[in-house]
Order: sequence, then C-alpha cells, then structure tokens
Amino acid sequence: MDDEPNIVMSLEYAFKKKDFGVFIARDGTEALDIAERERPNIILLDIMMPQMDGYETLKLIRENKELVDTKVVFLSAKSKEKDIEKGMQMGADGYMTKPFSIKKVISDVEEMIK
Amino acid sequence: MSNYAIGLVIVMYLAMLFVLAYFAEKNPRGKWTNNPYVYTLSLAVYCTAWTYYGSVGIASRSGISFLAIYLGPVIALPLWIVIMRKVIRISKQHKISSIADFISMRYGNNRSLGALVTITCLMAVIPYISLQLKAVSETFSLMSSENSYVSSGFLDDSTFYIALLIAVFVAFYGTLSTDTSQHKKGIIATVAFESILKLVFFLVIGVYVTYVLFDGTTDLYQKASNFVNFDQLTQLGGLENGFNWLFTICLSFFAIFLLPRQFHVAVVENDNERYLKKAIWLFPLYLLLFNVFVIFIAWAGNIGLPNGVNHDYYSLLLPLKEGNTALALMVFIGGFTAVISMIVVATLALSTMVSNNVVIPYGFIKTLVEGNPEENTKRIKNLRRVAIFMLIIIAYFFYVTFSAQLSLYSIGLISFVMISQLAPSFFLGLTWRRGTAKGAEIGILVGLAIVFYTLLLPIISQVVMPNVKFVEEGLFGYSWLRPAQLFGLDYLTPESNAFLWSMAANTLSFVTFSLRTKGNYRERNYAEMFVNHENYENLQEGAFIWKGEAYVADIKRLLSRFLGEDRTNRALRLFNRKYNIAETEEKADARLINFSEKLLTGSIGGASAKILLSSVSKETPISLVEVLNILEENKETKANNKLLIEKSEQLSAMAHQLKDANEELRLQDKMKDEFLDTVAHELKTPVTSIKAASEVLVDEDMPTELRKQFLENINRDTDRLDTLIRNILDLEKLSNDRTELDIRIHNINKTIKKAIKGVEQIAAKKEVKIKFKGSEKVEIPYDEDRILQVLTNLLSNSLKFTEPRNGTIKIDLEDQGSAFAVVVEDNGRGIPQEDQGFIFEKFYQSKNQNIKKPQGSGLGLAICKKIIEGHKGKIWVDKTFDKGARLVFTLPKNDEEKNIDSG
Repeated sequence: MDDEPNIVMSLEYAFKKKDFGVFIARDGTEALDIAERERPNIILLDIMMPQMDGYETLKLIRENKELVDTKVVFLSAKSKEKDIEKGMQMGADGYMTKPFSIKKVISDVEEMIK
Repeated sequence: MSNYAIGLVIVMYLAMLFVLAYFAEKNPRGKWTNNPYVYTLSLAVYCTAWTYYGSVGIASRSGISFLAIYLGPVIALPLWIVIMRKVIRISKQHKISSIADFISMRYGNNRSLGALVTITCLMAVIPYISLQLKAVSETFSLMSSENSYVSSGFLDDSTFYIALLIAVFVAFYGTLSTDTSQHKKGIIATVAFESILKLVFFLVIGVYVTYVLFDGTTDLYQKASNFVNFDQLTQLGGLENGFNWLFTICLSFFAIFLLPRQFHVAVVENDNERYLKKAIWLFPLYLLLFNVFVIFIAWAGNIGLPNGVNHDYYSLLLPLKEGNTALALMVFIGGFTAVISMIVVATLALSTMVSNNVVIPYGFIKTLVEGNPEENTKRIKNLRRVAIFMLIIIAYFFYVTFSAQLSLYSIGLISFVMISQLAPSFFLGLTWRRGTAKGAEIGILVGLAIVFYTLLLPIISQVVMPNVKFVEEGLFGYSWLRPAQLFGLDYLTPESNAFLWSMAANTLSFVTFSLRTKGNYRERNYAEMFVNHENYENLQEGAFIWKGEAYVADIKRLLSRFLGEDRTNRALRLFNRKYNIAETEEKADARLINFSEKLLTGSIGGASAKILLSSVSKETPISLVEVLNILEENKETKANNKLLIEKSEQLSAMAHQLKDANEELRLQDKMKDEFLDTVAHELKTPVTSIKAASEVLVDEDMPTELRKQFLENINRDTDRLDTLIRNILDLEKLSNDRTELDIRIHNINKTIKKAIKGVEQIAAKKEVKIKFKGSEKVEIPYDEDRILQVLTNLLSNSLKFTEPRNGTIKIDLEDQGSAFAVVVEDNGRGIPQEDQGFIFEKFYQSKNQNIKKPQGSGLGLAICKKIIEGHKGKIWVDKTFDKGARLVFTLPKNDEEKNIDSG
C-alpha cells in the first residue's frame, strides 16, 4: 500500500510476476478494508499517507484479532534510526527504507511468509 | 436663648464629635479619612476663632490689614510644599511627633533644647487657647438672653465646663496609643469636619449680611463710604504701614510652619507625601473663601450696629439685631467649631511635647525604667492626660486674668511673635549644617527676652503695676529703650516692633554662637542627616554613627519595658532581616542603637530615648572628622552596592539576550535540519519510483504497452526531481538575498496576460475559465520574470484545485494608493482554515507530520512569498472569501526608484 502510484505500479507488477495475490490500497482506511476482507499474509505499508498514516493503520491492524497472523512491513522514506526503531516498536515485522530494491523487497517477503 | 438651651446645643454638638471620632478610629484605613481633602481641611485648623471673629473686628477698625495673616500662608505655600516634603520625610524616618522633637533631634537629640522649644510653645500657645476660650465665653453671653446674670467665680462659669469637656475629648482620643507618632484618625476627622462647618457657616452669614440685610456689595460700599475714616479702611497706607504689612506676612509665614498644631496636622498626621500637591492649591483657596465676606460684614456692622459694641462679634450681633436667633446660633456654633478644633489639636500637640520633651526626660524616666510595659503604658498615657487637663485649665485662668486687656487679634499676634522665635533654629537648621544646639538655645532665649520686654512687659505692667511709667518713658528714662518703640522706630505696631527686633537678635545670636561653638559629633551626625537628607535617606539606620559596646539582650529588655515583649520581638526580627543580621548576634551595632532610639522616640521622645539607650551601652566618643568619614564611607558603600546591583542587572539582561539569541540559533538550526529532512524525503520519493520502475523494466516479457507506461513514469519522476531541485536552489538563493532583482518599469496588465497564456493549454484541457479584464495601462516597477513566476504558481495552484468544466479563475487589479494589489481567486475547494496561516512556509504540511500534502513540491508558495517580499510587497490569503481560494499580493508603486532604468 502506497500513495505514490508509480511506486505501487512497479511493486504490483513485480509481485504479480512472482504469483503473489496483490491488492492495492490508496490510503490507510482502504488498506484496513481490504485486509479485513482478504486476510493477506503480508501488508506493505507506507508511513506518510493522506488521512490516516502508517502508524495508525498498523495499530488498528494489530487491534484486529482476526489479523493476528498478518505480517506488516513498513516501506518508508523515513530512514533515521529513531524512525525505524519507532516502527518496530509499534509492532511491525520489518522496515525497509526508500529507495529500496524491488528484488530485496520480494526476497524478504518470501522469507517472512515461508 | 436661655443658658440651658445653649448649653444643651453645645453638649449635643460635642457628643456628635465623639461619635464621629469613634467611627473614624474604628476604620482607620477607610478612604473617608485617608485622602488629600481631609488632609487639607485639617490644615485649616489654622483658622480659629481669631479668623472667625477677630478678622471682622480688625477690618472694621483698621481696614484690610487683617489680610496679611492669610497672605503669609498663601505666599508661603509653594515654598511650604518644598520644605514640608523634607520635614515630613525626616520626621517619618525618625518617628518625630512634635516640633520640639524635630528641633531637638536636629541638634543631636538635645534634651535642654527640646525643653526650651516646648516652653516657648507653651508660652505662645496657652494665651492662644485663652483667646479661644474668651471667644466662647463672650459669644455665649451674647447669645444668652439672661443678661443680668453675672458669674461670680469659675465654678459657675459655663466656659470652664466647656473647657473641661474639650479636655475630656482630647484626653480620650489623643491618648489611645502611647506611640505619639501614630496617627489619630478620630481627631483629624473631627478637625476636617469642623473646617467644613466653620467655612460654610461663615459664608452663609456673609451672604446673609451682604445680600439680605443689604443690597449687595455695591450698596454696602456706597453706604460705608459715608464714614469719615472710610479711606483709611480701604487703603494700604504708606511706606511705614507697608513695613507692618511685611512683618505680619512674615509672622504668619513662620506660624504656618512652626505653630505646634500646624506641625501636628501637616507633618505628624500626614499619611502620604502626595497629599501636599492637593493642599498647595486647595488650602489657599480655603483661606480665600474664608476672607471673601470679612470686609463686607465689617462695613455692615459699622453701618448697622451702635458704637460701643465689640467689633469682633459683628457677625453674631447683626443677625441678633434682626431677631434671627437661628442664624445667630449657627454663627455661634461655627465659631465654637473653630475654637474646638484649635484647642483639640493644640493641646494634643502641647501635651505630647510636655510629656516627651520635659517631664519624661527630666526625672520621670527613672520611674519608667523600673516599670513593666503595662504600667509604663498607663503611666505615659496618664501623664499626657494630666498634661492636657493642666494646659486647658492654665489657659482658662490666663483668660480670666488677662483677657479684659486684650483683643482677639492682639493675643493671636503675640502668640505668632513668640512662636517665630523657633524660626532661625528650624529653617537655618534645615539648610545650614554648622548650626549648633548652643546657638539655637541662645538664639531662642535672646529672642524670647526681647519679646518679653517689648510686647509682654507693657501688657503685664498694665495689669500688675499700673503706676510704673517705664513703658511710656523707656527703661531708666532712656527714650530709645521704650519697649514698643525700640531704637526710636515709632511707626511700627507693637507686634511688628517686637517681631523685627526679636528676630534680628535671635538670628544673629544663633549664627554667632553656632560659629563659635563646634557642637559634638552627635550634633554633627544629626545635622548631616537633616540638612542632606536626600543623601542619607537611603542609608536609614546606617546614617547614624555610634561607637561603643552594647548587648542586644540589654536593649531588648529596655525596649520591652515600653513596647511590650511581642512588639519588641517583632521589631527586632524585622530589623535583623533588613540588615541580614543573625538572630544569635550578641553585640549591638550603631544601626541597632539608632533603630531602638527611633522605636522609643514615638513613646517617650527623642531625648529620653537617647538617655535610655546610653544607660544600657558604653559609648566611646568619636571625633567629628571620624563621624564625617564614616558617613562618607557608608554612603559610598551604599552607592557601590547600588552600582553592583546595576551591573548585575545589566549582566543578567545580557545573559537573557544571549539566551534568546541562542534559542533563536537553535530554532534556526532545527528548522534547517527539518528542511534538509524534508528535502531528502521529497527527493527520495521520485528516486524510489524511478529505481523501482527501472528494476521491473528489466523483465523482457513485459507487454510493450506497460513498458511504455513505466518509461513515461520514469520520465515524469525525473521531471519532478528536476523541478524540486530547481525550486530548492531558487528558494535558497532568494533566502540568502543573493539574487538581485532586475527591477524595471513594466505594465502589469501585460505580465498578467503573459502568465495566463502560459497556463492556457492546461486550463483548456480541464475546461477551466480564466477571467481577466485589464485595460488601463498600469506601469509599476518590478522584476518581470519573478512576478511571472509568482502569477504562474498561483494560477497553477488554482487550476489544480478547481473542478474540471465548472472551474473559474478570476484575476483582478486594485489600486490601493501606494501599491497595486493583484487578486487571484478561484471557485475550487479552498484552503482549510487551519492551514491558511502556514501555506507560505516551505514544505508546509498539516499538523500531522506523517500525512503528505496532496501534490506539488511544497515550495512554490514559499518562493512566491520571498519574491513578493523582495519587492517590499505583501502576499496573503483573503480569509473572508469562502467560495474558493483568494490569494492577494501587493506591489508598491515607488519601489526603489533610484534603481530603475526607464525601459
């Protein structure tokens, strides 16, 4: 999930190529909606989004008992130590800083859902 | 009226005063008793029965010379305020409670001088009190219908009982506290009240006589001018008479400072120095009002009353003759109020002086030292009460013995001449530090001797030995020694004669003996404190020089005998805190000695305080030079301390500034950090996008259509990067003022049209209308490229936020006088209110840092702001506009004319 359509487009293409089921959300509320309906294995979450930010979205995901098994990975341009620490403390399973390599994202995701 | 009726009126009136005083004492801080008007009215205790009745008598006999007595105070008042301010400050600092205390303290707390001043005051004021009693008694018998009644002794003389009633009033309200420097609100309130009564009543009778009995002032003047001696009554007289005027004015000038009752109301009872400012014009006004009708009542009496009646009581006799008893009673009460207030304040002041400056320091002090606080308080109060009764009784017998020979006016003047003997030691003492106690004592004694010889002897001899001829022939037959015409000056009135010679001799003796004697160190110490009061005021107890040995415990024991245990402990605690002295300190220093002296001065007078403290301490004499040196040192220390405090204040101010500057720097640093952070973030997004797209493009299976899409994305993101970088650099350039604006005269209409043309295509695509009606030629100086940039930015923003097809953008040009305003308005979704104040900040993001702005680099408006500010214009959001967004910027018409190349 990301509000930058170009980045989303690339990620979508790459994951689909690897036979992942991909759902795209434009913002936090949409992401929650899709998550509840589709129960994905993993959610890639941007932190800076309009309306509801990534932290808030993560909190709501963690509060939802039906999504206990869902892994969440932050994708963010916030690359400072303390930003990463904060993200992990909030309960994220991974944190990738922008600009990232799509290959790396895919391999990490594959690792996590094994 | 019957004697009983008059007596009843008097008793009722006195009862009312008791009640009034009771309420004033009950609420000592109330605003009814603490204001400049009460203060000024209390000063009017100056106007006694002498004013109320005596002025008319003088005016009827010798014309307008009565005015001299009131001109003195009026002339004195501007000077009075200057001197009084100093006197009040000194008195408050030293807890001075009378003129005797003041003068004796100035000369080193001199016991004998204090006693001498007290005796002088007694001699001056007791006859004055008699004069008041005389007025009461005479007006009483005028009012009384029982004319055949003759008093056979003081026991059936109503005046005696009136005097006693007044004594009871003073004794009750004047001795509520042993500390005489404490204010007596009850008494002052009644005095002020009586000042209103006597003035109003006198004005009423004045109006009655002038406008009811006669047909106004002109009528009176015409009728009065038929008298033989009318010219004499209305003219000032020649040069010789001029001297009499001058001396009388001087006399009253001194009296307003020195009369014990004036000193009491003006200095001892003063609550607030600022009251003087009101008094300076209000008091002369009071005196003026009091004297308006005097001359008319005098003329009216001369015309309407038979010869042989007492001229002093015209104001009472005129209504009585008309059968208007009610009005006569009012006049009588008015005179009575004048009498009471004078006697009350005068006996109060005198009893304080008698107890604190004569009885206690000479003898009574031993008894006090042995007594406990309760006993002492009782003793001191009883002492004063006895003094009050004695004073009034003595005044009564003086009246019985001498009053037949004297008019109200002459007793008053004699009193003034006597009190003037204090003038040299008082006035010179305030300005000339060489004046010594010996000089003051000899001056006063010499002056009194001359007054006695020239003024009193002739009067006394008339009563006691009417056959002795020296008054007419001069002592030992020398005619130049005739008392009333000393040295052959035969045109002066007896009072002027006495005043001239006594003052001359007094001043001369004071100066001569002051120069010949040196005065001890204590005298010089106090002289310094009084004369240069401004310099030592801040030093307070530090201005007192004392060397020797004394123990705090002894002093404490002494103080508690007079003040009681509680008050003493409280006072000493305050003292220790003030000077940062440890409670455990055993030895007393000069400051404590002075502080304790002041504490005791209020209760037992300065001289006794000094005696008491020297009884519990061993004082080492110091030389005069040492005193002056120490004083100078203390002053310097104080000044240095002040300097230090100033310096440290400056330092702390500087530290504060530094802190502020530091804070500013830190803020700027933080802003820079945040800016860089945001820049980095803004750059990362397109870079990520480009990187991701290029990664997926590696895949060869990608359909051509999609491949094209990715390539386009890369292209767009590259453009975005480029814009961002250019904007950042632009903003930095504008912020650092590195860009010189290329300002020339341009037609703003043309520039706006150019800007519209630039966005036309996008607008057409979105079907948004752009309206601009610019026809007039408006030429102002600006940098066209930059303003174009601003306009383009504003238009792009509007395009971005308006809906396709329905959108309208309007540009207007307004002449605002010194500037032109360009208004860009659209019907889009508008700017949220909470954001309006911030949209011109770089990378402004709504409160939540983690929420991204919709579109754009986030720098456009910040750049616009910089550009407009560079033109000395302003840019803002019109908050009143709610149908979309309306942004306005102004361009001054005459911006930096010098730099403009016409072209």
